Amino acid sequence: MRFRAKIVDLACLNHFSRLINTIAKLAKTCILRLTVCKLYFILSDKVANGGASMWCELSQGNFFDEFQMEGVAAEHNEIYLELVPENLSRALKTSQSAKAVKIKLTNKHCPCLRVAVELPSLSSSSRIVTHDIPVGVIPRRMWNDFREPSVPDFDVSIYLPVLKTMKNVVERMKNLSNFIVIEANLSGEMNLKIETDLVSVTTHFKDLGNPPWASEDGCQSSAQGRDLESMTEACIDIKKLQQLLAAQQVNPTKALCNIVHKRIVHFILLHEEVSLQYFIPAIA
Amino acid sequence: LSRIGDELYLEPTESGLSLRAVNSSRSGFASFLFAPLFFQQYEPGSAGPEAELFRCKVHMKSFLSIFRSLPSLEKSVGKCLILLKPHASRLVLQLHCKYGVTKTHNLAFQECERLQAVFDAQSCASHLCAPARVLAEAVVHFPPTLAEVTLGTGPGGKISLRNYVEEEAGESCRVRGPLPTLGCHPSPPPIPFSLPEPSKTMVTELWLAEDEFQSVAVAPGSHITFCLKEFRGLLSFAEASNLPLTIHFDDPGRPVIFSLNDTVLEVHLVLATLSDLQSNCQSPSTNGVSHLPAPSDDFADDLESYMAAMETSEGGSQRPPSPTFSLRAPRPAESKPHEEEEEEEEEGAVPGTPPHKKFRSLFFGSVMTPGRPGLATTQEVLAEDSEGEN
Repeated sequence: MRFRAKIVDLACLNHFSRLINTIAKLAKTCILRLTVCKLYFILSDKVANGGASMWCELSQGNFFDEFQMEGVAAEHNEIYLELVPENLSRALKTSQSAKAVKIKLTNKHCPCLRVAVELPSLSSSSRIVTHDIPVGVIPRRMWNDFREPSVPDFDVSIYLPVLKTMKNVVERMKNLSNFIVIEANLSGEMNLKIETDLVSVTTHFKDLGNPPWASEDGCQSSAQGRDLESMTEACIDIKKLQQLLAAQQVNPTKALCNIVHKRIVHFILLHEEVSLQYFIPAIA
Repeated sequence: LSRIGDELYLEPTESGLSLRAVNSSRSGFASFLFAPLFFQQYEPGSAGPEAELFRCKVHMKSFLSIFRSLPSLEKSVGKCLILLKPHASRLVLQLHCKYGVTKTHNLAFQECERLQAVFDAQSCASHLCAPARVLAEAVVHFPPTLAEVTLGTGPGGKISLRNYVEEEAGESCRVRGPLPTLGCHPSPPPIPFSLPEPSKTMVTELWLAEDEFQSVAVAPGSHITFCLKEFRGLLSFAEASNLPLTIHFDDPGRPVIFSLNDTVLEVHLVLATLSDLQSNCQSPSTNGVSHLPAPSDDFADDLESYMAAMETSEGGSQRPPSPTFSLRAPRPAESKPHEEEEEEEEEGAVPGTPPHKKFRSLFFGSVMTPGRPGLATTQEVLAEDSEGEN
């Protein structure tokens, strides 16, 4: 099992750092899955995470100048590692002016991802900083726990409002209530609602637009017969929503959510070549 | 100085005003000596034939609060007067500001004996001098909460900085406090699919080339581990005043001395260092990575027997071997001319700590709870608290 990769381009490095910062804000521990073409950051929906789960996918070619990977076996050419993304984020934080960043899977005393940053210096030789990030290697038999979640059979799919605005609204609401109701309809309208004994606050968004989903095997076409005005809602943990919104470092190219009535909210955020899916289950 | 201790010691001398601080575990000491020329006017007072120049200490926070906002001070304050009259009950700080405004602060103080750590920079085996900027850039790669860092030498004359991680091999561990009252930190909860816990600490290592330093005179293979938090305070001062920083160090366990000098200011920061965990000093491997020997297993049991032994012994030269640190004899007498100490029965900040000073400072060497401000390890008390009260 081998892995080594190198980033030389500063823009790619910054982009990758920002992505890792986002992941670090969403998960204390997560799975990094490496394949020949892609990297995945996975958080599965264990109770410890409050039921939220995450699937983030990116093509390695968009970030790395060199990328070599050999999986556990020829027919299973993948590597699954468990790590603390905050460590990776810290290692990359001070590499903003680096000449090169190399990442390598090593196993000196224990499995580690070694991040080696070559920094410019006034002296004849560069400064080298190495960060050994401890990782756990996930055995093959557990890989099934980390399969890509399927898009749920949603009732409404709608584009999100400008994330910054949504984040500000949700942050204020977080002071008042632990739960928030997201409701939306197929006419591009979304409401964020909180209700306590003392106060209820609703913020209305209009003209958001509903993304067209190609109807596959007829299961989404049931939406067409439905009343476009009727609201689909789910009540979720407000902290999870605030966390998701606060983690975004850059405005995504596309941001939408799918709501399954009173069951789950599925967020999809696309930014250039990175897709991030985040699932927040509804509170019963 | 406030990064080191909670009390500011003011000691006027013929060669200038000395401001000093020591940390609670007596493992860190700093002094700033401002020469008379630094001041517009400097009168240390007159020492009579029997009396010495007056010394006192004040609460660090009280003193700092007078100088709270530097930018506004620079704009509004013309002069600052520090005045201490021998029989006065207050230390007077007077700020003469614009528009005829005078702000007078009267600080309560306590008389004290001389606070002086025992150290001799010249007798150290290794010396490094670097511009503050280089060291600041090096230190930025380590997290702000990091307690200890290891400075080492490697092949090709390179100097390394590495965060010090105290762990038992093979599993993440939290170091237990020595006494039941301090409580034991629980081990992290097992993860659902029972894989080896990846929460072991990340290890960061930085290599600096010899030519980044202004001077390098180091014993090959040498390394020391000291408290980064206390060093950062001095480093930001050095950066702000654009002075090169000199590091004098010796064997592990001997204190490290950081010095800054200019024509009117002499600064020293003395920190205890971690001694090698085996009594014969291991020279680090020659592949350039200075590995510290692994800590001994089964920490807690050794501490209990150590404690039991201490309760029966006087704490003199017959000290039982410390479970993690090699026994250090007190510093040789010839380097003690400045030392004026009084043994003191002071209750430490740690509840239930036995009162014997030497035992406590040795003991603090093994208390390293994560997240606590770095109690750098020490084998000997560098500066005894020397008040008569309490």
